[in-house]
Amino acid sequence: MNRIDDTFGFHQKALALRAYRQEVLASNIANADTPHYKARDIDFKASLQGALGGRGGQVELARTSAGHLPGAGGAVAGARLLYRTESQSSVDGNTVDMDVERAAFAENALQYEASVTFINGMLRTLQSAMQER
Amino acid sequence: MSMLNVYNIAGSALSAQSMRLNVVASNLANADSVAGPDGQPYRARQVVFAAQPVAGAAVGVRVTGVVEDLAPPRRVYDPKNPAADGQGYVAMPNVNVVEEMVNMISASRAYQNNVEVMNTAKTLMQKTLALGQ
Repeated sequence: MNRIDDTFGFHQKALALRAYRQEVLASNIANADTPHYKARDIDFKASLQGALGGRGGQVELARTSAGHLPGAGGAVAGARLLYRTESQSSVDGNTVDMDVERAAFAENALQYEASVTFINGMLRTLQSAMQER
Repeated sequence: MSMLNVYNIAGSALSAQSMRLNVVASNLANADSVAGPDGQPYRARQVVFAAQPVAGAAVGVRVTGVVEDLAPPRRVYDPKNPAADGQGYVAMPNVNVVEEMVNMISASRAYQNNVEVMNTAKTLMQKTLALGQ
């Protein structure tokens, strides 16, 4: 059982991070016209390394008093949210560059599909190994 | 499933952009309305967008209010008009038709972008649901 876990573990983490990044990019596209909104993204490589190294995960704030707010727990395992460096500044303080966001969104969707395809291939390999001939 | 949040994000942007389109429509329709219900010339209206956290890093959009343009009314010389003042000037709405057209195109493009985001999220989720089939 552990071998199967190991086989899928990598792609499971990659898929979770891809889904999370898709969400972040969707937020950027949705807020393309919101004044003072700062575009965000994750460094996928560093985040995946963090997730594989067991770092990250749900990071909870320490609450030492009943009056403390719980705070939004950390993101998906390993994900580290960064702010995007803007290429062209706009007067209203918004840093969303629609070309960059759309390109990143399309790329991320493709990478997500690639992960799904890899998992499908692994499942098929395991199935054919288990089949009686 | 964090990917479901994409629907909340893009959905909030769709309703915000359609509200913006509504405001543009009423501005353009009233570009020549000399008197509104209060007897004053119509004033151009604009929506105000603000980012609204949905869950974790997911950030949607919200219309926080509709503000009236405080620019002075456009004064047109037309002594035959019954609404003209002592000097023969009529106070016309402060709607800038060119600005409104640009606003309309921007809103409709932003709407299309978010529809595209929703479609991509749907495709990815369908692929994920079909894993191992």
